[in-house]
Amino acid sequence: MAGEMQIQNSMALEFLSLPENVGLARVAVATFAAQVDMTLNELEEIKVAVSEAVSNAIIHGYRGEANGTVRVAAERTITGLTITVEDQGCGIADVALAMQPAYSTDPERMGLGFAFMQSFMDDLEVTSEVDRGTRVKMFKAFKGDTER
Amino acid sequence: MQVFFSMEKKELWARVKGEVDLESADHLRQELEASLDHARPEVLLLDLEGVTFMDSSGLGVILGRYRRLKKQGGRVVICRPQPQVRRLLELSGLSKIMTILSEGPERKLGGVE
Repeated sequence: MAGEMQIQNSMALEFLSLPENVGLARVAVATFAAQVDMTLNELEEIKVAVSEAVSNAIIHGYRGEANGTVRVAAERTITGLTITVEDQGCGIADVALAMQPAYSTDPERMGLGFAFMQSFMDDLEVTSEVDRGTRVKMFKAFKGDTER
Repeated sequence: MQVFFSMEKKELWARVKGEVDLESADHLRQELEASLDHARPEVLLLDLEGVTFMDSSGLGVILGRYRRLKKQGGRVVICRPQPQVRRLLELSGLSKIMTILSEGPERKLGGVE
């Protein structure tokens, strides 16, 4: 995986936990991803994954409060792209439970955020601590480097 | 995100344009609810041709309206989703409970099945 690989490029973005920043985050990461040869479909997948992770940070991490900070970082190696979305919000008590599809108490939400991140990225790692925050780390392999 | 409405017989057409995410989902929900309250249609047709991006926040809005219409004996039909949106509709299972059409309001619908 990306771990020991040499980093070719990196970016980081920090913003307040406001819904209008979801679009900013996905466009920034997709623009960064587009520096290398990626298909439009892969860029769309990255956009959805980033959108879901940042939306989770705002809705669940900060419970809709606008005074939190969300940090989005991306790193490129020869094998692929690692994207990290972090918040210092309320955290998730049971990550495995939260990652189950349709785990949502709100009838207007589908509870598919993690399911989409999982489907659209090649690796997903969620670490969380109650009252400390959540970190979502996703990896998108460049075609040819991994079997799909 | 913008939404344009037109009513034809018992069908309410909602033409959605732009990106539907956490930022715009509430606005879309409010617009749809207001028009549904006012028009009381049997069928809500969501024309998604102009939707350039959607995530699970947008799917939640669609699911919520589906539940409302179903309770009232009506239904939701999705028209012309772009490939990215169609994929989400399929992955989420919404395509199994709603009809997806590849034609839009220009084409005279001889009654949507």
